[in-house]
Amino acid sequence: MPAKAAFFDVDGTLVKTNVVHVYAYYAMNRGSVLGIAGRTLSTAVSVPLFGVMDVLDRKTFNEFFYRYYAGLSEDRLVTIAQDMFEDVLQPALFEQSQDLIDQARRSGCKVVLVTGALDFTMRPLARHLGVDDMIANKMQFVGGKATGKVIPPIIEGANKANAIRAYCVKEGLALDQCHGYSDSASDYAMLAVVGRPTAVNPDMRLRSIARAYNWPILDLK
Amino acid sequence: MRPFKTLQKLYDEESQVVITEKGSPPRALFYGEGFLQEDLPVGTRVIFPRPPLAGVPNVKAAIRWAINHPEGMEPLHALLKPGMRLTCVIDDISVPLPPMVTPDVRQSILEVVLELAADSGVDDIHLVIANALHRRMTEAEMRRMVGQKIYDAFYPDRYYNHDAEDPDGIVALERTSHGEEVSVNRRVAESDLIIYVNVNFVPMNGGHKSMGTGVSNYASLRHHHNPKTIRESDSYMEPKASALYRSNERIGKNIDKHLKVFHIETSLNNRMFGAPTDFLAKKEEDYTEGDRLKFQAMRYALSKMPRAMARKVLSAVPAPYDVTGVYAGATEPAHQKTLETSWKQYVVPVEGQSDIVIFPIPFISPYSVNSILNPLLVQVMGLGYFYNLNRGVPLVKKGGVLILLHPAYDEFDPEHHPSYIEFFNRLLPETRDSMKLEHKYEKEFAENPSYVHLYRKGNAYHGVHPFYMWYWGENGRQHVGKVIVAGAENNHVPALMGWDRTDTLTEAIEEARGFMGRSATISLLRIAPTVMVDVK
Repeated sequence: MPAKAAFFDVDGTLVKTNVVHVYAYYAMNRGSVLGIAGRTLSTAVSVPLFGVMDVLDRKTFNEFFYRYYAGLSEDRLVTIAQDMFEDVLQPALFEQSQDLIDQARRSGCKVVLVTGALDFTMRPLARHLGVDDMIANKMQFVGGKATGKVIPPIIEGANKANAIRAYCVKEGLALDQCHGYSDSASDYAMLAVVGRPTAVNPDMRLRSIARAYNWPILDLK
Repeated sequence: MRPFKTLQKLYDEESQVVITEKGSPPRALFYGEGFLQEDLPVGTRVIFPRPPLAGVPNVKAAIRWAINHPEGMEPLHALLKPGMRLTCVIDDISVPLPPMVTPDVRQSILEVVLELAADSGVDDIHLVIANALHRRMTEAEMRRMVGQKIYDAFYPDRYYNHDAEDPDGIVALERTSHGEEVSVNRRVAESDLIIYVNVNFVPMNGGHKSMGTGVSNYASLRHHHNPKTIRESDSYMEPKASALYRSNERIGKNIDKHLKVFHIETSLNNRMFGAPTDFLAKKEEDYTEGDRLKFQAMRYALSKMPRAMARKVLSAVPAPYDVTGVYAGATEPAHQKTLETSWKQYVVPVEGQSDIVIFPIPFISPYSVNSILNPLLVQVMGLGYFYNLNRGVPLVKKGGVLILLHPAYDEFDPEHHPSYIEFFNRLLPETRDSMKLEHKYEKEFAENPSYVHLYRKGNAYHGVHPFYMWYWGENGRQHVGKVIVAGAENNHVPALMGWDRTDTLTEAIEEARGFMGRSATISLLRIAPTVMVDVK
């Protein structure tokens, strides 16, 4: 049997959060009273805007959102990633996420996270879940400070599909045997590119797509 | 409607076989969630179910007698020891069909057994549903099956569905002499005593199949749920003619060697219809004017309802089955007694096979309780179950024609049958060859993490289950020359199945006669209730 992988989106698929929560955590841990206040305030003001942009276009959302990391030190970001995982991500993990990942591994799949989040924020989660690899966005750092720009290509939407395809070529995996899991219609391309797509806790659009294409639908709890 | 004088009885009242004559009434035939009323050609042999056998007058007394006078084992009270670990394994919702009126016989058995266990100082008791790779029963279904009191006392920690995919929940026993893997639910395997609570709906149920299949896993089941074993089984309902049974027997004997299993088997009569619809069990020759009116009203009303509503209406009427026997003890002697009662109820002797056989397909199957009879299940009902309702010789001749009555709609239940959808839409267009399907795709479906998850956490049949449904029809497919689905409402479902379609039964009979010749003999298995033929 050819080698295969299971590609998991993270936000909304394996955990009940999205990048807003992660950013909010960093904002709250800015390191100085003024910094915390400033970033928390600006984040709070921007939340409705984030919400609208997330619904309309995940790519624009991500690009806009990551600008808020500008100026944060690399050391700081990496250091508090573990705390952020314990405080934000771990409590938000669906109880059945680990079962699903374990089952994927038992069926012979390499387990890969594919996420629009930044790689350093996802590493503790990846370790916790015991995944094999991760396709995630990478923040540009200059002089140890985040520039707020993501090293292209930004992992989102259609680019997730490209990244998965490239990953399969690099790792010698059979794309048509691979599984894909996501919660959002914005990941349609990622689901369509693999041979075995599954909608997990899907939004209304993805649920409708999954019904139309006869993809399995999971409701993780 | 015909003048009453033409409806005089033109048949032997005692016989379950009626030869259609010029004045014979039209037949009331199941057609999915509806009914058809069809005149059959003169000479058509109509095989009716036997009338229901009398039930035991007191079910609990019969249960007590059986567990005190078991076959080949000590009485149950002598096996119960204080402090022991006891597990009751219970048949799942796939039997009987439709679900029986409450109290379900499983509840009656458990009420007797649990009381006895409590009196014997046994506290460590679990109730495990033997669903194998079937879907998990819902809470409401579990409550209905055992009654509120037992449910409240045991659910959810000590009353649950077997999980064939729990990596820590399965124990492998010694392989059989044929190399078959033997896997059993861990709690069951680690119990001091197992009591198997069985409902024997058809002769295929019970015996070694109970433990060999019910609390096992894919690794073990694949040794007999495969096209080769199915092809070597002349009838699933006759142990002597069934390679499937023989494999289960080898596995079951291994289990009996390692575990102490006390079986309580029950046989039911075929009183499938309660008072409002009891006319459906009669020969049409015996219909009263009231029966005819009721049938017409029901047929009309169901035809005007949305299909989902018709399904709800039909499923809402439980069957008032009577318990005809309770047998307890060791696997084989207890099951032999059950089989005798079962055959007595179901078997109708008939002279010779027919060129053309008609199977009306009802709205329900063992795999679609509270769900949809999707195309694969229509297939399994016709070519699997009904074709095999015999004692080794099928009703239809080799190369003959099967006519199925069903709308053959393209509807699936994504909660209960998610992998069926992929099987039907992705695999069947490529091949209908069971061997190829098994070789190329079975493992992939069985291990698909999404399907495993839906089986374990949802209420879905296991990913591999549509393959078993397809294999189940293998004997029928190999045997018959043609399948025609009469009344199919589309072209693509019959085409994917490899069947012909016609709008009406009359056209189907014409086509079948064109295939088999004008002098072709025709039989109708007037099912439901259940009837099995013994072809001489």
